[in-house]
Amino acid sequence: MSELFLIGDTMTGGYGKGPDILHECTIAVEKGEIAVIVGPNGAGKSTAMRAIFGMLDVRQGAVRLNGEDITHLSPQDRVTKGMGFVPQTQNIFTSMTVEENLEMGAFIRTDPIDETMEQVFELFPILKDKRAQAAGELSGGQRQQVAVGRALMTKPSVLMLDEPTAGVSPIVMDELFDRIIEVARTGISILMVEQNARQALEIADKGYVLVQGRNRHTGTGKELLANPDVRRSFLGG
Amino acid sequence: MDFLNAIVALSNFVLIPAMAYGSQLALGALGVTLIYGILRFSNFAHGDTMAFGTMATILFTWWFQSMGLHLGPLPTALIALPFGIMVTMVLVLFTDRVVYRFYRVQKAKPVILVIVSIGVMFIMNGFVRFIIGPGDQRFADGERFIISARNFKELTGLREGLAIKTTQGITVVTAVIVVIALFWFLNRSRTGKSMRAYSDNEDLALLSGINPDRVVMVTWLLVAALATIAGVLYGLDKSFKPFTYFQLLLPIFASAIVGGLGNPLGAIAGGFIIAFSEVFITYAWKKVLGYILPESLEPSSLVQFLSTDYKFAVSFVILLIVLLFRPTGLFRGKSV
Repeated sequence: MSELFLIGDTMTGGYGKGPDILHECTIAVEKGEIAVIVGPNGAGKSTAMRAIFGMLDVRQGAVRLNGEDITHLSPQDRVTKGMGFVPQTQNIFTSMTVEENLEMGAFIRTDPIDETMEQVFELFPILKDKRAQAAGELSGGQRQQVAVGRALMTKPSVLMLDEPTAGVSPIVMDELFDRIIEVARTGISILMVEQNARQALEIADKGYVLVQGRNRHTGTGKELLANPDVRRSFLGG
Repeated sequence: MDFLNAIVALSNFVLIPAMAYGSQLALGALGVTLIYGILRFSNFAHGDTMAFGTMATILFTWWFQSMGLHLGPLPTALIALPFGIMVTMVLVLFTDRVVYRFYRVQKAKPVILVIVSIGVMFIMNGFVRFIIGPGDQRFADGERFIISARNFKELTGLREGLAIKTTQGITVVTAVIVVIALFWFLNRSRTGKSMRAYSDNEDLALLSGINPDRVVMVTWLLVAALATIAGVLYGLDKSFKPFTYFQLLLPIFASAIVGGLGNPLGAIAGGFIIAFSEVFITYAWKKVLGYILPESLEPSSLVQFLSTDYKFAVSFVILLIVLLFRPTGLFRGKSV
């Protein structure tokens, strides 16, 4: 198999001096594809994603982006390398306007950002209408759009989303997933952690089921949805 | 005529002094609120930073005066002010480098930083007294009044005089300019926006590639400028005495908290609320009331609600009332 675009290869690690949370966990995503990490509560889903983004110590294994070893880079340096990250909570600047949020997302860029901002507004038209409003005043779904838009402002090659649909209504969730597919179509790889396993696997090219920090099942979204073991344990039959 | 006299007396003794005092408090509170919003602690050394900045400005003023430099009707201190600000900037950056950074790297709790700032306060306090002495210094020169009470009476034929001191005029004008410049910087410039972002959500700001060291440095530079300007305006208007500046910490903190810590707009509103209430409650209203009330109701006492000795109590009562009903201040500040 050719080298994957972004791979967290047999990662073992934990926070600070604490115990290992991940055990030889492998997560990867191809260029322009959607990879989804699912699993029960406390399975280390978000931890696996944070490990790939450099927010905890990877004691064994490696993280490679486009063939380059980035295991020891800080999260900020990974942003410059083309990784975008949307945390699960506190992922917007609530006291600043939508436009300022996007502007801050592009802080590391030195070239003009107007075009990227237009693209974000095209993807999320509602944000264009609310550009001058404080992001903290928006609804849950709109806030998530701001958060994703902010991360897109650096023109990342891979976008990592930590439970983007947490706390939004099912209708808004479907819409967010549609938008995420649209983002992937522009050639950006998507890696996301999802609580809503079934819907997430439906749109996933690749799915990872983690249990207690280890890979339990890996396959395409369809394979996992069809797997009786996965269905029984995680999808409720 | 009596009604006009009442208005003039009110302006002369209450409105104009409170306006000037409010501007000085607002500038001081802006510095406190910036530190709180961005560095996330209450800086008790702020009053003494003001004292240091004022002292530096006074030393430059004396030097310029000895060289015969002056601004005509305006005080020489205005030329010295930029130099005073620069010296203060060096001092606060030095303090940050040798004291605060140590605790920031360790991610010390805000309460630890508060105690650290009290230590810094005592050192600055001693340093200022060591250099300029604990006594009163008057350094205002130039024209004393924009309009003096006697001129006003001659001009209008009213019994009451209205005096506007040059320093009061300068205070208000400078405060307006400084506030406009500060808000422009925070809301329009890239660095200013990155400071707001850092204050709003530190982790996300780091993720967005905002350099925390730069944000902290710019904050200190702004705070040094604000503290020095506030201190010099206060010193020109009244006089400079290190102990008074230490005491100013109380109304300044009250202003920042009433407005909502971390919120610049709140700091300004808070400054004026505290200043006006302080002056309103400690002013003897006999004269004003004497003009507007009919003779039979004329008050025999001074109608002063509180002696000026208790003026600091006023700040605290207002603080208490506001915090009881709006715990994060009138303009929704934040709490760390």
